[in-house]
Amino acid sequence: MVLNSVELALFDHGLSQEQNPRSACVAAMKFIQDRRGWVNDEAMEWLSEKLNMSLSELESVATFYSLIFRKPVGKHVILMCDSVSCWIMGSESVGDHLRRRLGIKLGQTTPDQQFTWLSIPCLGACDLAPAMMVDEILCGPLTHELIDKILDACEEADSS
Amino acid sequence: MTAATPLTAGIRPNDEPLNLAEYEALGGYQALRTVLREMTPSEVNEKVKASGLRGRGGAGFPTGMKWSFVPKRNGDSGHRYLVANGDEMEPGTFKDRLLMEGNPHQLLEGVLIAAYAMEADYGYVFIRWAYRDAFLRLRRAAEVAREAGYIGRDVLGSGFDLEFHVHVSAGRYMCGEETALLTSLQGGRANPRAKPPFPPAVGLYGRPSVVQNIETLCNLPHIIRNGASWYRGLGRTEDAGTKLYGVSGKVRNPGIYELPIGTPIREIIEEHAGGMREGLTLRGFLPGGASTRFLLPEHLDLPMDFGHVEKAGSRLGTGTMIILDDQTCPVGMVHNMEHFFAQESCGWCTPCREGLPWVEKTLGALESGGGRNGDLEVLERHCTMLGPGYTFCALAPGAMEPLGSALGYFREDFEAHIKNGKCPWR
Repeated sequence: MVLNSVELALFDHGLSQEQNPRSACVAAMKFIQDRRGWVNDEAMEWLSEKLNMSLSELESVATFYSLIFRKPVGKHVILMCDSVSCWIMGSESVGDHLRRRLGIKLGQTTPDQQFTWLSIPCLGACDLAPAMMVDEILCGPLTHELIDKILDACEEADSS
Repeated sequence: MTAATPLTAGIRPNDEPLNLAEYEALGGYQALRTVLREMTPSEVNEKVKASGLRGRGGAGFPTGMKWSFVPKRNGDSGHRYLVANGDEMEPGTFKDRLLMEGNPHQLLEGVLIAAYAMEADYGYVFIRWAYRDAFLRLRRAAEVAREAGYIGRDVLGSGFDLEFHVHVSAGRYMCGEETALLTSLQGGRANPRAKPPFPPAVGLYGRPSVVQNIETLCNLPHIIRNGASWYRGLGRTEDAGTKLYGVSGKVRNPGIYELPIGTPIREIIEEHAGGMREGLTLRGFLPGGASTRFLLPEHLDLPMDFGHVEKAGSRLGTGTMIILDDQTCPVGMVHNMEHFFAQESCGWCTPCREGLPWVEKTLGALESGGGRNGDLEVLERHCTMLGPGYTFCALAPGAMEPLGSALGYFREDFEAHIKNGKCPWR
C-alpha cells in the first residue's frame, strides 16, 4: 500500500480540487514525500496510473524539480543556500563547519540516517545570510556556533 | 490610508500579518469594492495605465498595457487566468517574501483587482516551496477571504466570480519565466516555449493568461484607492510609485526598504542599509539581482529607477542590490552565480545547456589555479553566443550580464588569477 485509507481520502480530495489530474502531479508527489520522506518506485508506479501519466513522463517531472526526492533522505533535511549573497557572507566557511560536524559531504546522508545535507539556490533570505533551512525552518545568519546549537537541538529532540 | 510607504505600511516586522478585520480597518478591500461596484474592467485598466505602474519582477513592462493584450470576452465563456508569480528565486532577491508573509490580504486584493481588469475567472499564486511561511499565511488568508465573500462565486454580490488556488512549486529557477511557469502549473517540466503567441492570448491550458509579479499586484489596491496621480507623485523621477529596494552583502543593515522609486542608489546603501561594514569599501554592485550587469562606485549618485539604471548599462531588475566589497573576489562571485545559472538551466536549448557549464568550469579553473591564457577570450565569446537572440528564454542572456560586465570592469582581477596561478583572495 502506498497510502493508507485516511491518506488516500485526503489525497483524492486534493486531486478533486485540481483542474485535471496531470496538473496535480507535483503536488501529488509532494503529498507522498511529506508522509514518507521520499517518493519510491512503487509510489511512482501507483501515481502514474492514478494521474494517467506514463511512468517515464512522471519521472521526467520528478527529476526536474530539485525538491522531489527520489532517494531516501535522513530524518532531518538541511538545505543550505549556495547563492551569491550567502557566498559573500561566508557560506563556504559555515559549509566547512557542517561538513566536519556531520562527517559527510554535500549531497550525502549520515550513516545513522539522521541528517541529509543538500544545497538550495537563494532562499530569499539575503538579509539573514548565510542562511539554511532545517526541516523547513529558516535559520540565519549562520555562524559555527549557531550551526552547533541547531544540530544539538535536532539530536536532543531525537533522543528524548 | 495614504502612507508614503503603501506596500509596507500594513506590515508588522517579526509579527503575525494583519488579520481580515485589521486589514479592513486600514481600508483593506475598499478598492475591491470600488472596482466591483463602480468601475468596468476597462476603466480599471485605464486607471492603472494612467498611474504609470511598471512590472516589478524585472522586465518593467507597463501593467495596464499587459492587460490590454487580453482579447475582450465578447461572449467567450472559457476560463481566463491571472497568475501571481511568487517563485522568487533570482539570487539576491527577497522582496516578494516580505509582501507575501507580511500582508497576504493585500496580495489577495491585488489578485482580485487584476483578475477583474482582465476578466479572469481563475486566480493562482505560484509560490516556491522554500517560502513555507508565506504559503501557510496566504492559504489561511484565502480561506478567511473566501468565507467573507471576497473569493469564489459572485464576489460581494457583484456577479464577478473568482476561483483561487495557491500552487506550491518544487524548486526550480526556470519557473520564474512566464511560459515555463505556465507549463509547470500544468504539471510539466518547466521548459519555456517560443513567443508569440504570448500568454495574454494563449497561456494556461491554451487560454488567455496574465502572469504578474507579487509586488506589482500589491500596488493595485493603493492605486485604485488613492488615484493615478497620487501614485505618479510618489516617485522621485519620471517613474511612478514606491519600490521595494533590497541590499545584501557586507553592509551594516542588509534588508528591504520601501522608498520612492528613483531614490539615489547612494542614499539606499548608505542611509538605509547603513553603509559598508567597518574597514570595507564598495567596489561594485549588481543593481537588481544576479542577472543584471555590475555597476561601479561612480554610479552611486544615479536615481534607482528603470531609465537611469538602463542608461548606465544595467537594469533595475528586481531592485535588490548585491554589494561587492573590496575584500571579496569578483571572479569567485561571478563563479558562484554561473554555477547557479548552469545548474538551473532547464536544458531545453543547446547554447544554455552546454554553454553555461563550460562557463562555470572555466571560472572554476581560474579560481582553483588552473586558468590558462585564452580563457578570458573563451568567456567573452560565450557572452555573445549565450546572449539575446541565441536562446529560447532570458536565462542564459541574464547569466551573461554579470559575467560580461565583470570581464570589463574587473579585468585585472581575472588576469591576476591566470598570471599568479591562484585566486589572490584565497
